[in-house]
Amino acid sequence: MTTPTRVAGFSTHEERIAALHRALSERVLVLDGSWGVLIQGFGLTEADYRGERFREWPQDLKGNNDLLILTRPDLVRGIHRDYLDAGADITSTNTFASTSIAQADYGLQAYAEELNREGARLGREVADEFTARDPSKPRWVAGSIGPTNRTASISPDANDPGARGVTFDELRAAYAEAARGLIDGGADILLVETIFDTLNAKAAVFAIDEVFEATGVTLPVIISGSVVDLSGRNLSGQTVEAFWNSLRHVKPLAIGLNCSLGPAQMREYVAELSRVADTAVSAYPNAGLPNEFGGYDETPEDMAERLGEWARAGIVNIVGGCCGTKPPHIRAIADAVRGVHPRTPARVEPRLRLSGLEPFEVAR
Amino acid sequence: MTAAFGAGAEAPGTAVFVNIGERTNVAGSARFRRLILAGDYDAALEIARQQVEAGAQIIDINMDEGMLDAEAAMVRFLNLLASEPDISRVPVMIDSSKWSVIEAGLKCVQGKAIVNSISLKEGEDAFLHHARLVRRYGAAVVVMAFDEEGQAETAERKFAICERSYRLLVDRIGYPPEDIIFDPNIFAVATGIEEHNRYAVAFMDAARMIKARLPYAHVSGGVSNVSFSFRGNDAVREAMHAVFLYHAIQAGMDMGIVNAGQLPVYEEIPEDLRVRCEDVILNRRLDATERLLAIAEEYRGGGQQAVAPDLAWRSGTAAQRITHGLVNGIDEFIVADTEEIRHQVAHPLEVIEGPLMDGMSVVGDLFGAGKMFLPQVVKSARVMKKAVAHLLPYIEARKAEGASRSNGKIVLATVKGDVHDIGKNIVGVVLQCNNYEVIDLGVMVPAARIIDTAIKERADVIGLSGLITPSLEEMAYFAAEIERQGFTLPLLIGGATTSRAHTAVKIAPNYSGAVVYVQDASRAVGVVSHLLSETQHDAYVAEVRAEYDAIRTAHQDRADAADRYPIVEARAHPAPIDWAGYTPPRPLVPGITVFEDYPLGELAAYIDWTPFFQTWELRGTYPGILDDPTVGESARGVYRDAQAMLRRIVEERWLQARGVVGLWPANSTGDDIEVYADDDRREVRAVVHTLRQQTGRGRGRPENYALSDFIAPRSSEVPDWLGGFAVTAGIGVDERVAAFEGAHDDYSSIMVKALADRLAEAFAERIHERVRRELWGYAPDEALANDALIAERYRGIRPAPGYPACPDHTEKRTLFELLGAEARTGIELTESFAMTPGAAVSGYYFSHPQARYFGVGRIERDQVEDYARRKGWTVEEAERWLAPNLNYDPRHRERRG
Repeated sequence: MTTPTRVAGFSTHEERIAALHRALSERVLVLDGSWGVLIQGFGLTEADYRGERFREWPQDLKGNNDLLILTRPDLVRGIHRDYLDAGADITSTNTFASTSIAQADYGLQAYAEELNREGARLGREVADEFTARDPSKPRWVAGSIGPTNRTASISPDANDPGARGVTFDELRAAYAEAARGLIDGGADILLVETIFDTLNAKAAVFAIDEVFEATGVTLPVIISGSVVDLSGRNLSGQTVEAFWNSLRHVKPLAIGLNCSLGPAQMREYVAELSRVADTAVSAYPNAGLPNEFGGYDETPEDMAERLGEWARAGIVNIVGGCCGTKPPHIRAIADAVRGVHPRTPARVEPRLRLSGLEPFEVAR
Repeated sequence: MTAAFGAGAEAPGTAVFVNIGERTNVAGSARFRRLILAGDYDAALEIARQQVEAGAQIIDINMDEGMLDAEAAMVRFLNLLASEPDISRVPVMIDSSKWSVIEAGLKCVQGKAIVNSISLKEGEDAFLHHARLVRRYGAAVVVMAFDEEGQAETAERKFAICERSYRLLVDRIGYPPEDIIFDPNIFAVATGIEEHNRYAVAFMDAARMIKARLPYAHVSGGVSNVSFSFRGNDAVREAMHAVFLYHAIQAGMDMGIVNAGQLPVYEEIPEDLRVRCEDVILNRRLDATERLLAIAEEYRGGGQQAVAPDLAWRSGTAAQRITHGLVNGIDEFIVADTEEIRHQVAHPLEVIEGPLMDGMSVVGDLFGAGKMFLPQVVKSARVMKKAVAHLLPYIEARKAEGASRSNGKIVLATVKGDVHDIGKNIVGVVLQCNNYEVIDLGVMVPAARIIDTAIKERADVIGLSGLITPSLEEMAYFAAEIERQGFTLPLLIGGATTSRAHTAVKIAPNYSGAVVYVQDASRAVGVVSHLLSETQHDAYVAEVRAEYDAIRTAHQDRADAADRYPIVEARAHPAPIDWAGYTPPRPLVPGITVFEDYPLGELAAYIDWTPFFQTWELRGTYPGILDDPTVGESARGVYRDAQAMLRRIVEERWLQARGVVGLWPANSTGDDIEVYADDDRREVRAVVHTLRQQTGRGRGRPENYALSDFIAPRSSEVPDWLGGFAVTAGIGVDERVAAFEGAHDDYSSIMVKALADRLAEAFAERIHERVRRELWGYAPDEALANDALIAERYRGIRPAPGYPACPDHTEKRTLFELLGAEARTGIELTESFAMTPGAAVSGYYFSHPQARYFGVGRIERDQVEDYARRKGWTVEEAERWLAPNLNYDPRHRERRG
């Protein structure tokens, strides 16, 4: 255990949140890049994933990247360092799949809360180390909450479109556990990301709101959906604006998009969110579309050029990278947005805005 | 006619007046209700799709129905909706009076929905609790102008409640005001009650105040309520809706629950109608209601003016004219046309065997092809009978040898102890139309008389009908009896409680001849023609036998595999009612209340029309059926005739409605209910015996209900009450039927019986309402529209002995004795406990808010033995009366242990 580093004006939870809001009004903030691609690069074996603690675990654990929080915390700290070194303002925790629902694939559902708590604690430790080193550039920890591997709006049974593989309440319980762990471990932000199914996200933010009420701690929330193809819809069929209408009641710190698309394909949907969202907008695309080997080819320079243009066009407040992006990408992006005036949230008249798969607005 | 209001004023997806589709509501659409109850979700989804296609920008979904697990239905429907992108592109409005249903729905929608509704009805705490949850689920909310005192009727009170709600929501919990939609209650106008005349104006005044003083809030409402007193006259209703919306939108109403696609354009309403609707809606003249009523009839039936009949068909040949008259059910010229042909032929019989039978075979073909429907066929038969009646004296005069050659002779009867015969009469008419000779022995016919007639008349087929469950046993007995006497002719089984399964399992094994279940009149001809065909008989009978064998085998397997509780264990999971925290309401008028000669005009408004159409074998629910592309024309015709006859029934007092209600001190002891002589509760005056579900936990709910669960146990020392009633609207129906039959008018004879049945059901509905509001008085402020009554959206139930919650018909005897029903109403019980006249309803009243309908379902031997002890019966007697509910075969008694 390392002693938490104290930085004046940045040591309490409230101070860090206040600083975050200040920073957002002053500049475009940079989020980190892909974790998966870096972990893959280590060439880890089954034994690495198991460590001492899970040596006897009855199921294969290789590929359970989140488990490295417990078995190889050195590697996890290293990735946080690499991205913060590259210039990221916000580092995300290695907890994308740390819900009990996703961990059930490995039989590790009982470890979900611990994974989240420890994952946040590792991020906190490294971020505080960087902030202490340069208090003029404070760093924040975003607790990653992934979509789980089940969808609440889509039937897993081709013969019964009314069937569901997971219920709202099951998701709500799993997300609540993840949120509690992340808060306990010291996350500054909760990052509900890669949302394929809006109903999953509604369960997540419902659970988060309940946890905030129960713990008395309220963190800023970033909601990041995933437009799965060029039709401009997520997997459960909603358009970007409909998605925003479904989740705007949360009053998030930022609404945004990540994954699935490269910067070229994602821009129009980010622009659409920017037009309708009266809050910050975040975007962290993949390094292009996957090539024929499933890899990503877009270079740090290509990505930086595009995301720099988004920043200058005033459609984003937070940028970063998703699949295929590495520290060099983040460094290039950070350089590209440095000094650019951040987007001003849209001014939106209060109106009844509903949604099905499509948005619906009632005139006054 | 198209929707007058809608999208298009601004950007796509933005609206100035929002149409919320009302048809996916079990209370608002009888068709949707029936589909959901039947589990036909695919067809129910089609209704949603039609709504969206017709311009609904939001769809209102409501599953509040007493017979339905509303939560499960809401979840299932919303989940299915999610996989239909052309429907789920629009937002949904989750509509329920139960919070649990709303919450279950909110957990299924990814979009931003609207909750309909919350209110201050249960106080501020509940209101704010629900509002916070609605926000957490990310939905907008409809707030009703309803508070602890009840629903607001005046504009001032409507606004006061809305303002108080707004302040609580916006100031106390920071609810976004733009997500608040007020429903300041649209109530029916032109009801004949003077205070109601201001209801539409009160809504508009409240809307104006809300828009002026509660920033960003919206105003919505259920539009069809306003025209409720013109039920049955869609043209006038639609005009009222259009006029109401025209003015309400100007007052600030910006959303409405409407039948999207059925609103006429304000400007296109005929001026006379529009002005009179406006007088009513805006309460502009004292005689507004009378003036609208005066012209309403002219617009009935889609607003089309009555057209002079087209008589071009009269220019054809006499034979063509006869066919036309038969197919179209026109009896005006049939005697003249028949007479014309009689002069052209050698023997009057040739008129029947020639042109009349030719015409009827056209009718038969059209019916068989689904191009004509039962009411039309029955009308054709009326024309035919009139022609035959005209010819009979000439045939007699010629002393014709042997009557016309028929396709076969069928003896029909409603079995001993049963009085229900509408279905049997219809089967008779349809068979006659197809040239079968029908000998109808009527109702309550003992087996011996049916058998004697069949022998004497050399019948080819016997058909038995029955509606109540004891008739099933009588039919099984009848089958055994004709077996004993060595019969071989086919036996047909039909009637409401009969089924293919019962026929296969309980009747067919008693008889070695063919036994065939006939589901409805339209099947009768096919079944009989197969049975009497020399070429098809053997194959058909073999096919039916194979089918029934398969049913028997499946039945055997099912009974063995069932997951069941012994009765003792079932009693450990009664309805979950906490008596400690509950005081049953004491009746305002305890004891007996008699209703003599109840005004029929009042009951006409309470009629549930859907079963009426079922009687005529028209598939669909009212009112949608009137516009159904297939049966709509036929439905409109029979409905028009029904309205005309109903008017005569009321005006000329053809029928008399009589009823009795009793409310007695009562407590339960186990599965029995003790009814006490007085409030001292010392002297037990009668015991009502109830049966308990024995379904295992693997098959659904964790409870095993009995009706006695809804009455406080004696051991609780909570004084509780049981109600009972018996009503009839059938006094006088026999005379009418005899008169119509004498005039060869089967159509009117069936019609008057069907209407008497509907009036009896309406009477039961109306009296139940008065019990809740006045006699028992536990819901004095209840104000429900007829569709809400039909959907049973009220507190308390009225189960009837012989029906699923209490299947033992013999309990009717106890009920009748408590009520003194026979002396007070003239309703009598047959030996099978059928009520006569048949247009009668009886049952119990339970007031507990958790009282619900359920089916006892199959019961086990242990409960039957226990029940026999309680009733002072032998086990064999109990098995006979409970036969349809037994989960075992009593004939296998000896095999047990």
